[in-house]
Amino acid sequence: MPLDTARAAPSPVARAVKDALFAALVAAGVFGPLLAFKTTQDMQNRLIVEPRWDLLAVVVLLVWAGRFLLSLWQARVRPETTAAIGTHLVWGLIPQSIRLVIRNGLPPAALVALFVYPMMILSLTGGGGALKWIDNFGIQILIYVMLAWGLNIVVGLAGLLDLGYVAFYAVGAYAYALIATKVIPATFPGLGVWAFWICLPIAGILAAFWGVLLGFPVLRLRGDYLAIVTLAFGEIIRLVLINWTDFSNGYEGISTIPRPSFFGIPFNASDTGFAATFGLEFSPVYRTIFLYYVIVCLALLTAWVSNRLRRLPVGRAWEALREDEIACRSLGINTVNTKLTAFAIGAMFGGFAGSFFAARQGFISPESFTFMESAVILAIVVLGGMGSLIGTAIAAVAMIGGTELLRELDWMKAIFGPQFDPVQYRMLIFGFAMVVIMVWKPRGFVSTRMPTAFLKSRRAVSSAHVKEGHG
Amino acid sequence: MEVFFQQLINGVTLGSIYGLIAIGYTMVFGIIGMVNFSHGDVFMVSTFIALIALMVLTTWLGVSSILLALLIVLIIAMVFTSLISWTIERVAYRPLRGSFRLAPLISAIGMSIVLSNFVQVAQGPRNKAIDPILNSVFVLSAAGGYQVTLSYKQILIMVVTVGLLAIFWWVVAKTPLGRAQRACEQDRKMAALLGVDVDRTISITFVMGAALAAVAGTLYLVYYGVVNFSDGFTPGVKAFTAAVLGGIGSLPGAVLGGLLIGLIEVFWSAYFSVEYKDVAAFSILAIVLIFMPQGILGRPDVEKV
Repeated sequence: MPLDTARAAPSPVARAVKDALFAALVAAGVFGPLLAFKTTQDMQNRLIVEPRWDLLAVVVLLVWAGRFLLSLWQARVRPETTAAIGTHLVWGLIPQSIRLVIRNGLPPAALVALFVYPMMILSLTGGGGALKWIDNFGIQILIYVMLAWGLNIVVGLAGLLDLGYVAFYAVGAYAYALIATKVIPATFPGLGVWAFWICLPIAGILAAFWGVLLGFPVLRLRGDYLAIVTLAFGEIIRLVLINWTDFSNGYEGISTIPRPSFFGIPFNASDTGFAATFGLEFSPVYRTIFLYYVIVCLALLTAWVSNRLRRLPVGRAWEALREDEIACRSLGINTVNTKLTAFAIGAMFGGFAGSFFAARQGFISPESFTFMESAVILAIVVLGGMGSLIGTAIAAVAMIGGTELLRELDWMKAIFGPQFDPVQYRMLIFGFAMVVIMVWKPRGFVSTRMPTAFLKSRRAVSSAHVKEGHG
Repeated sequence: MEVFFQQLINGVTLGSIYGLIAIGYTMVFGIIGMVNFSHGDVFMVSTFIALIALMVLTTWLGVSSILLALLIVLIIAMVFTSLISWTIERVAYRPLRGSFRLAPLISAIGMSIVLSNFVQVAQGPRNKAIDPILNSVFVLSAAGGYQVTLSYKQILIMVVTVGLLAIFWWVVAKTPLGRAQRACEQDRKMAALLGVDVDRTISITFVMGAALAAVAGTLYLVYYGVVNFSDGFTPGVKAFTAAVLGGIGSLPGAVLGGLLIGLIEVFWSAYFSVEYKDVAAFSILAIVLIFMPQGILGRPDVEKV
């Protein structure tokens, strides 16, 4: 506001007070109706309204205080620097050499941590609590990392905005569930223990096929229109899964899906089971650890393939397509094939992840494949910085791990009372974090890219020079 | 034939609601080229504001005339929903204007998650049902044992929709504010150079869209009598379909698209299957976007190198 400073500038504190009062007034209006009155059922099951002024007062006060502090802080630093200060404060203070070590050493260090994580947890918690930590934090986060890396091929490399990625996840999950529960027992019952390993490639191929099928009609669409049509396709697949009960068992879902075996050795308490074969005491934790390594390998496969593809002609064509479709076409690149391969390969990894998901849960229903899942995966890709594999992984850990952590906040019940449940704030905080991160860093966490073609030396390119594509 | 007329009345009623929501999408898209993803959830929030206002008016303050109560509810819902939408634009979209294209989309999806989960946390996840109001019906024809009826609710919905659309059309077509909006839609930079306050105009566009969504929300509450925190997404996508079908950026197109989507949905449910009515709506969205991206009344979009 250059005009304000030209006049007799009011003191920053006075301005902050004014700003904060205005914000509190707005907050009272925004939150007023929904916080000050609670609708509940009374004894006769009729709807009644109860006042809740105290809660509204607390929220308005919090907004007032928050806005006051923010205004004071903004008055001290120039507005342009407020956005950059978060990273520069930490990153800028570190000397160049150490920065280089961190940047080059981070991926290998992360890889080592990834592989020793289950052992570390096992030795720390001693078996009992390990299941939860490996399953909820390890496997859950890694599924999202893999999905985000798969979607990154479509969105980050080819620049095709896909809001229906969960459809391919669903195709993969249902492919495994239906083949393993219906087809294999009816045709080759002896192959039951191998079901997961047979179905994994089939699920990937089916998902890739659906990727081409859904990609074909949308070739001409660009930008937001493409996003909306892919969203519509995702919803259509979910609605068909709900309503075509003969095929998918509808809302009930499919249960008793066979779990994966250790290359033919099942994880059970029998004499031929995993524990007995290797002379160990039976424990469900072995299966979880095995699943963990399976998803680690699947995720790393995704990363490796997408990194290699960037150096192949098709990968370069994707990135060219993202930068400028018209120039791309006038240079003789077949945009139809380029787009379809991006959809197919992205979808294939979604299908792998889906069949892993079905194998891990043992139960799937259309509830798991809502639009919200697509939004979460896309959010992870964009928050991570579109095209940066490390950034995407960081975003997945922060967003999924962060919201999973809320399940561990039982101690808060001691402060806010026994009916307080932090888990119900999970998605609220997730959505809020999406907005805050976008406003703070519109380019995502890691906003530089490594080019695959260069003249003398490889240098990171700021994503400000990278287009996000039209498609 | 009687079934056809009955479904026609139902379809126009539903279509009016979709049309009112669709205007919010089409105006915002027209002026800043962004799909306002949280608009469906703004609509859902407005149904809750209307519900609470109605409960407070009838049970606490003892307003006995239902029409007077509804008028006050409508105004309250419009005011508060507009304020919420103004705040969302200010907090989540304005800092990202001129940033790269995906950022506002992600921010809007985030806002949509925030709104639906905020309502879930603040008001609970259960369906909220009110006692049915305005139940009387006119029997238009009773030939062949099938009654074609037109209820007071449906009359109210059509009258309110037509009335508000007339006011709204007058604002956009005849006032300086509407002129500023149309100027920003054509060329934001040029409008700013000629003295139009672009930020304010965009804010007002969001407010107007939200006010019409609040009208739709109030009418939705009156018509169905049940609201739920998850009711924002599907009407939101259908209203967006309506906006696209009519030609995004075109106001008459949004209303026309809303009516068409309402009619298609109702007729599909009546003659084919209720289960697949949403599939029908989504398929139309895909087909229209693929084969007729400019919609019925929209202008074709040409990209230059």
